[in-house]
Amino acid sequence: MTTLVLSSLIAPDALDRLIVPLSGALELGLLYGLVAIGVYVSFRVLNFPDLTVDGSFPLGAAVAATLIVKGVNPISATVVAMLAGAIAGLCTAWLNVQLKILNLLASILTMIALYSINLRIMGQPNVPLLGQTTVMTLLEGGLKQLPSVLSPFGTSLVLLAIVVVLKFGIDRFFRSELGLAMRATGENSDMARAQGIATHHIVLLGMALSNGLVALAGALFAQVNGFADVTLGVGTIVFGLAAVIIGETVISGTTIFWATLGAIVGSILYRIAVTMALNTDFLGLETQDLNLVTAILVALALVLPQYKRIKWRFR
Amino acid sequence: MIQLESIEVTFSPGTPLENPVMRGLSLTIPTGQFITVIGSNGAGKSTLLNVISGEVKPDRGQVIIEGQTVTRWSTHQRARLVARVFQNPLAGSCPQLTVEENMALAYRRGKSRRLGLALSPKLRSEFRDQLARLGLGLEKRLGDRMGLLSGGQRQAISLLMSTLAPNQILLLDEHTAALDPKTAEYVLDLTRTIVAERQLTTLMVTHSMKQALSLGDRTIMLHGGKIIFDIAGPERSRLTVTDLLQQFEQLQGADLADDSLLLG
Repeated sequence: MTTLVLSSLIAPDALDRLIVPLSGALELGLLYGLVAIGVYVSFRVLNFPDLTVDGSFPLGAAVAATLIVKGVNPISATVVAMLAGAIAGLCTAWLNVQLKILNLLASILTMIALYSINLRIMGQPNVPLLGQTTVMTLLEGGLKQLPSVLSPFGTSLVLLAIVVVLKFGIDRFFRSELGLAMRATGENSDMARAQGIATHHIVLLGMALSNGLVALAGALFAQVNGFADVTLGVGTIVFGLAAVIIGETVISGTTIFWATLGAIVGSILYRIAVTMALNTDFLGLETQDLNLVTAILVALALVLPQYKRIKWRFR
Repeated sequence: MIQLESIEVTFSPGTPLENPVMRGLSLTIPTGQFITVIGSNGAGKSTLLNVISGEVKPDRGQVIIEGQTVTRWSTHQRARLVARVFQNPLAGSCPQLTVEENMALAYRRGKSRRLGLALSPKLRSEFRDQLARLGLGLEKRLGDRMGLLSGGQRQAISLLMSTLAPNQILLLDEHTAALDPKTAEYVLDLTRTIVAERQLTTLMVTHSMKQALSLGDRTIMLHGGKIIFDIAGPERSRLTVTDLLQQFEQLQGADLADDSLLLG
């Protein structure tokens, strides 16, 4: 109804100009919402600054795209992509806990190695998925049933369902005995060991979980956008971190429920902010300015909470 | 029973910072004995506890707990035998987790951790009852984050957490050092009750000669990674803080400029 009223007030092409970028922003926001949850697990829960994600995101895309082109069922391809990401996370964690390499450095080593591995998997820098059966084309029939108002958001709805299910799964995990052990490991590993927690194993598990989620995001990205590319991963950690920080600024709550919700909402807000910045003509920003816009947004998100606290103290 | 046989530990071996902290230390602690451990800074008190808990692996020697040789066991493997309360109240718990979550962690000490929910209504009411015993009103704060509690409250909960899963050995590493005198006295009373109730084999490191003599049934003094003084029974009950301090100076052969540390 509202759309009908709106469209009678605004010229139809103006509405399109609003809706198309908005649905695009929503899709990307939800996809990177998964990345944000993954980054939340490594960065916030395990206290492990993990750059592996810059490699495991394109790894997920590469594995899924390559398998789909070879004729593998897209759902199986997506699951295998997720497992590949989990193995990448295991490598980083193993370099850290077993070989005692500094966590940040361990993740950079895996990230660099993954660049070569991703090229090997794809055999070329780019794999197009045009005309292939993907998770999205499997659902096409169902999405056609949607009312026309929602049709630009069909992909977003599918992604929303996946993200919500995973969010609640992760929330439930962190309330389990094992999940609680993971939170303790990140916060106070001495205490965790004294309570009988095998902290090394927990770090391996957590990093596998985190990078599995990121690779799943990569696999879905390839299927939504119809290609996998070796350069897809550049800046993944920053996008994830931006989402986590924006989420923490917007949604304050100490429980895991609010934190994972914050990561998803933060990711969507970030994409909408970027889309708005790039679509505002008078700013003159173009796609290549994305990283600059990101850096400024992350800086703002980092500064904002401090500013709020100072004001509150003076009051 | 804990048996330590000729334990040798050297930190940073083969470097200019080489530091032999334990030189052939042997100690047998019968089941149920409560030992207080004193000694100057760097004497090896904390290392002694770390060797028993598994945080530090000895270069030579054996650690035997209840007849099992555990020398190569890691900390988490020994956790079903050993519980520990740290000096810093911040060290023994997770400040971002709630009181009940911290207790749930301790409840699974030495047991497997699976995907079942860590907390249940039954467990919550058990924790509430346990907290009520402390008499600090903490039973109303199950859902509060640990970081919101005072040092004394956190230390009391840490002690309580050590009782939530079965263990034979309790290690107390100057666990009242960071508390004000009144709170320290409360935590010491709680320590006495818990150790007596559960008949735990206990090692308590302390800087206070008074505590060393008033608690437990045996006192050992460490210096340079060795036991230089070991007293128990009637001899020990006759000993005063002044006597002990004299022994301390005499045996160490060093003039202790920093007596204030020891008299408290």
